[in-house]
Amino acid sequence: MIRSNGICKSFAGRRVLSGIDLDIKPGTIFGLLGPSGAGKTTLIKILTDQLAFDSGDVSVLGKDVRTLTGADKKQIGIMMDNHGVYERMSCIDNLRIFADIYQIDKSKAMTTLTQVGLGDSAKKPAMKLSKGMRARLQLARVLMISPKLLFLDEPTSGLDPMTMKYIHKLISDCKASGCTIFLTTHNMEEAAVLCDEVALLNEGKIVDRGAPEELCRRYNHQKTINIHLTSGEDIELPHCDESAAKIMSLMSQGRIETIHSSEPTLESVFLELTGRRLESDEEVRYA
Amino acid sequence: MHNISVIIKKQLKDTLKNKTVLIQFVMFPVLTLIFENAINIPDMPELFFTKLFSVMYMGMAPLVAVASVIAEEKEKNTLRVLTMANVKAWEYLAGIGIYVWTICMAGAGVMATTLSSGDIPFYLGVMAAGFIISIAIGACIGIIASNQMAATSLSLPVMLIFSFMPMLAMFNDKIEKIAGIFYTQQIRELLGNMTFDGIKTETMLVVAVNALLALSLFFAAFKRKGLE
Repeated sequence: MIRSNGICKSFAGRRVLSGIDLDIKPGTIFGLLGPSGAGKTTLIKILTDQLAFDSGDVSVLGKDVRTLTGADKKQIGIMMDNHGVYERMSCIDNLRIFADIYQIDKSKAMTTLTQVGLGDSAKKPAMKLSKGMRARLQLARVLMISPKLLFLDEPTSGLDPMTMKYIHKLISDCKASGCTIFLTTHNMEEAAVLCDEVALLNEGKIVDRGAPEELCRRYNHQKTINIHLTSGEDIELPHCDESAAKIMSLMSQGRIETIHSSEPTLESVFLELTGRRLESDEEVRYA
Repeated sequence: MHNISVIIKKQLKDTLKNKTVLIQFVMFPVLTLIFENAINIPDMPELFFTKLFSVMYMGMAPLVAVASVIAEEKEKNTLRVLTMANVKAWEYLAGIGIYVWTICMAGAGVMATTLSSGDIPFYLGVMAAGFIISIAIGACIGIIASNQMAATSLSLPVMLIFSFMPMLAMFNDKIEKIAGIFYTQQIRELLGNMTFDGIKTETMLVVAVNALLALSLFFAAFKRKGLE
């Protein structure tokens, strides 16, 4: 569905993307994870023919992205995080404009609004919507066209957990209907819940990729055992034979109050690979 | 053509709820009707307010409306959504231009009700040409400005020059000479005579040069910045 080979892009001599290779299978959700400024939005813009690239090849829907026709583009839904809505117009009018442009049945506007939970707010001006409702309206705009391929640029950024969950369900439903989804996020939980495959992007390079569970397993040496002692002390032990002996000894002395193992997460994998956290630009030292 | 008609319909829906733009379209036609009917000073030139307000309307309404609509769409990123829905930049600009021109012509039609029926075709023809020049200047400002604030700052001085110079020219000979280089002043003179006979070559030349300059500036701005 999306294939790229060695995409490179620079802005004013600064390399933003270096040798990006992708092979995204139809009907899957692909997540691109990276902190702000990693190059996620730039990559989406290249894959959607909004931005020219310096070198490499990109094919979308089986065609060179630069040769996509108007009809091809009508099969692609794009929701960027900074995309606006017509504030003074009602939710339904916001959708009807695009139903008109895409020449699809206008009744689909109301069906889609109901699908995203905005049926009761159909006549409400967009300026009166909350941030979560606005995100759903933006999503409705792209879902209405029943895209074959959907690009979502940080679709849940800054939303409350309830709305986030609702949007996750809409994305999953979209996948179930056969749509291929390319998603960027810096929310590792979102990626773990939704994505079939993720790629970790740092400073314009993909540092690793794979299914979320597979990636976490690959970095299993990060697994630790956390023990809370009856004395109130907390200790963290690496996952090894010596730790097992120490735990046995503590148990026999009756000093353990709680014990649990801590599995690696996408966040900790990213941290190990790059020394950076996903949700901020802050550089951290990985101990 | 399909996308152009969608843009026109969208704009019509939006303008009805956009007081800032709506007032630009309505203000001068309403003022003209009120002033022409309510004020009657002896020795005042015939249809003084119609001719004065027509020129101000022409230099102000289309220019501000086009600039503010384009700048707002850029600022709110709705223009990008349209272009990604495969609406071409020229389709968008044509849609906005046709819409603003049509609404302004409707306003001019209202103002023309004060004229004798024989003068109306000439009046509307002259106004139609003037609106096109103002729309090209407004589009140029909309393309250059990155947001509505910038569009207002840029369009205000331009609008004041084109709208108020012809009025000031009535009171000062020097200003009249300077104003003569602007299409609005030439159109004011055309409306003063209200006849196709005796149109000066100079008038036609100034209007043509203004139109050419406005269109050249518009194409240069579009080529350089597009609708980004």
